Amino acid sequence: MTLPVAVVIAVSFAYLGVLFAIAWYGDRRARQGRSIISSPWVYALSIAVYCTAWTYFGSVGRASVEGVWFLPIYLGPMLAMILAWVVIRKMVRIAKTYRITSVADFIASRYGKSPLIAGLVTLITVVGIVPYIALQLKAISAGFGLLTGPSDPTLTETPLHWWQDSTLYMALALAGFIILFGTRHLDMTERHEGMVAAIAFESIVKLVAFLAVGIFVTYGMFNGLGDLFGRAMNDPAMQQLLRFDHGATPHLYSQWFALILLAMLSVLFLPRQFQVMVVENVDERHLKRAAWVFPLYLFLINLFVLPIAIAGLIHFGPGQANPDLFVLSLPLAEGARWLALFVFIGGLSAATGMVIVESIAVSTMICNDLVMPALLKTRRFRGRSGGDLTRLLKSIRRLAIVGLLLLGYLYFYLAGEAYALVSIGLISFAAVAQFAPAALGGMYWKGATGAGVLAGLLVGFGLWIWTLMLPSIAKSGWMATDFLEHGPFGLSLLKPEQLLGLSGLDPITHSLFWSLFGNIAAFVAVSLYTRASAREASQALLFVDVFDRRGGSEPVFWQGQARVDDLVNLSERLLGRDAARRLFQEHARDIGVASIDAIPADARLVQRVETRLAGAIGSASARVMVASAVDEEPLEIDDVMRILEEASQLRAYSQALEDKSRSLERATEELKTANQQLKSLDRLKDDFMSSVTHELRTPLTSIRALTEMMRDDPDMPAAQRQEFLTIIVTESERLSRLVGQVLDLARIEAGHAEWHNSDVDLYAIVKQAMASISSRFEEKGAALELCGDSRLAPLRADADRLVQVMLNLLSNALKVIPAGSGQVVVDLQENSDGVTVTVSDNGPGISKAEQAEVFDKFRQVGDRDQHREGTGLGLPISRQIIEHFGGRMWVESEPGQGATFGFQLPRNQQPVTGKPA
Amino acid sequence: MTKKILIADDEPNIVISLEYLMKREGFEVLVARDGAEALQMIEADPPDLVLLDAMMPKKTGFEVLQAIRPTHPGLKIIMLTAKGRDTDLEKGRALGADDYVIKPFSTRELVERVRQLLDQSGAETET
Repeated sequence: MTLPVAVVIAVSFAYLGVLFAIAWYGDRRARQGRSIISSPWVYALSIAVYCTAWTYFGSVGRASVEGVWFLPIYLGPMLAMILAWVVIRKMVRIAKTYRITSVADFIASRYGKSPLIAGLVTLITVVGIVPYIALQLKAISAGFGLLTGPSDPTLTETPLHWWQDSTLYMALALAGFIILFGTRHLDMTERHEGMVAAIAFESIVKLVAFLAVGIFVTYGMFNGLGDLFGRAMNDPAMQQLLRFDHGATPHLYSQWFALILLAMLSVLFLPRQFQVMVVENVDERHLKRAAWVFPLYLFLINLFVLPIAIAGLIHFGPGQANPDLFVLSLPLAEGARWLALFVFIGGLSAATGMVIVESIAVSTMICNDLVMPALLKTRRFRGRSGGDLTRLLKSIRRLAIVGLLLLGYLYFYLAGEAYALVSIGLISFAAVAQFAPAALGGMYWKGATGAGVLAGLLVGFGLWIWTLMLPSIAKSGWMATDFLEHGPFGLSLLKPEQLLGLSGLDPITHSLFWSLFGNIAAFVAVSLYTRASAREASQALLFVDVFDRRGGSEPVFWQGQARVDDLVNLSERLLGRDAARRLFQEHARDIGVASIDAIPADARLVQRVETRLAGAIGSASARVMVASAVDEEPLEIDDVMRILEEASQLRAYSQALEDKSRSLERATEELKTANQQLKSLDRLKDDFMSSVTHELRTPLTSIRALTEMMRDDPDMPAAQRQEFLTIIVTESERLSRLVGQVLDLARIEAGHAEWHNSDVDLYAIVKQAMASISSRFEEKGAALELCGDSRLAPLRADADRLVQVMLNLLSNALKVIPAGSGQVVVDLQENSDGVTVTVSDNGPGISKAEQAEVFDKFRQVGDRDQHREGTGLGLPISRQIIEHFGGRMWVESEPGQGATFGFQLPRNQQPVTGKPA
Repeated sequence: MTKKILIADDEPNIVISLEYLMKREGFEVLVARDGAEALQMIEADPPDLVLLDAMMPKKTGFEVLQAIRPTHPGLKIIMLTAKGRDTDLEKGRALGADDYVIKPFSTRELVERVRQLLDQSGAETET
């Protein structure tokens, strides 16, 4: 059951067309300033370019042979994202600040923008990544063969002549597509929004396709996971696949650790991962979303790996079909041809996604860090004049893309058949892992030097070639395998896969151990023994302390003389006229001058031009180009220190400025609060005046009305006249009382009241107040009792004022108690703090809401008739008096159960207001 | 026919004064001691004129005014207030008081205003 070649090719090209359309749209939107990739979801999905054809086909292949051993390659990135996202954030911040465009640029820039290091990293990348590209070609070609081929499902068939191999033409077609895709624009920018959009899309396609085939196989061909795993458990051979110690070597856990570490480092330093995760990052905050979405993605895409592997083994029988292609052969065997086609498109998606990003990233590195430095050695490209170089740069990149894919094809042609997909991928991973010490060390250790990096990379890469690359070539039959078995020249200690007698490890773990060990040891040792150059030291500061920098206070490590014209020329040659013009206009605006002509040719301008050029041609080449266009003075370590000192002074100034503006803000805030307080005080005063007016006018109203009526009516009966006169007298008394209390309160509040303090006996005071009011209690038929302590230590207070307070509380109580059955109890309690006096009545009580207002001025609680003589000022005055002596006054009441007013006077009082007389 | 006047005030001595004054002028007088009572009495048996104190317990004069104005458009209402704030005057007028008297008031003037309003309403009903 197969599909016609034409259909598969047509659908494949249609799919690539869709990708292209998305990229085109993404680029257009980016130019309009309305980015479609400015979303944490797109960012997280684009990172899933990690899942290549290797994942798509190879995981099932590996799982069908080694069971759960396919997992570490995905656990690594999950852990890296979850645990190391702060590291990634720092990489992103550094890359954005200094316009770093590739992992080679990142490392070279850190170590003094060294062209040598950039070139070496690029070289390692190319050598390491070619097998990986080959792997993608192999996967597509094998899938294509299976889908269209007559019978043979394996991919061991090789055409007689290379020009008959469809894989070659596929590689060339892909190269053409990528050239269209990634290097269309004339202006050289380091970011590719359209590409990111397309990659996010292909990530969805491959996930959906893989889940589709997983569900089809698990639930369509078999009865779910339980069925599959049940059958596997009954088969002793397959049972092994589900065991973690399957294929156990003596170093089982070291192998797990090695693979996870390898994958962790790869997700950081593979050129395509660096491209999407660091270079193409739109917003640092997107990392937080990616930190869980990307691991979730990996989880989903691995969900059906084991089930498909088991299903393939059950369906075809062990060794009968290529397990790398189970995802295709299983649906085909069931006659689900269109599903198989969809799955093939998913695989194509995975492969093209990887090849697109990888080759764009690596071609940039080749152009900037291998070809440019060579060109810069020639007279034509240096100096202060010369033609536009943007076309040349673009051509170099295009050639590099074609070259990369041809190299990938060559590797596929020569070595492809000897290895399963996963092994090829791991070889690339191990190469890329060599960048970890240089890059991570450079981000956190200022002492790391360029010499250390060169040493580390050379040792690590050398060991990688010796222990992994050469054996892989030898095993493909292109070299004699003698040295594998007996060591070179018969020196068995140097056997590539048992170096120094270390045996028992699988080749990958063995190689990773030795190469990383050698790399780190050389890196650290040489770094410690060498002194960083001034430029290295300055770059180390910029990298390690990247989070300390704030706008405007960044140190500029450059000194010399420059001419604006020269820099404009240089920028136009490398960026194109428009982009160069924009750059200088932006700079003019940022430093606050009117036009490009007014820009001073100072260190800041040189720095800005160099950073911008770094985005186009890499920091190392940009350094060389700028150096050739200006007269610079060499930077010494002392200069670095001086510049740093100046920058930190600047930072201190801006810090001081910030502090100043913060304290001004605080002062404003305080003034605002004070103003509000004044306003509310003013309102309180207005309310008070209004209340006083009301209270004064009310008795005056009766007095005036009654006197006017008596005047107008001389014949008024004497009894009537007598009644009115009595009212007039009462209301006059009320007026006098009110005036007296208002004045009293005003004096106390203003602190002008007179206090006649002496040692007073509170018991005597209470007795005195009770005696003077007792006749009124008797009139109302009410009981008045005193209980509690009678022997009290004297207090320092004003005796008359305290009598006033007691009388106020007692007369208030008298007003509310029922006639005939009223009862008021006064209680005195002494403790170490002072004396507490309470007056409890059996009146109607006061509701909670009214309790809150009972001490407010003119707030009379309860029935109006009960306090005809009240002024509404008694309680506020009483409270002011008690508080003057440092005490407090309160009310407790349950409606229906009477009320208790109390106050407490402390022994060691500190008068709050007023002066002792 | 004698006109009926409702005095709504919570100050007993003011009520005594007003009651005597209005009775002397030949009106029939009703008394309410708070806003709620005043409202109830107006609804039950509408008088011709209300002397309505602004500050009363349970319901303020303003609240009473607001409640009865829509249902009793012809009822004459004189607000009495001891606060004498311009805002109170405006509030009373906005709510539809016919007149406004500030305490303490001249008894002659009050009587005159009462008569004026009642004559008006008499004229209105006659035409």
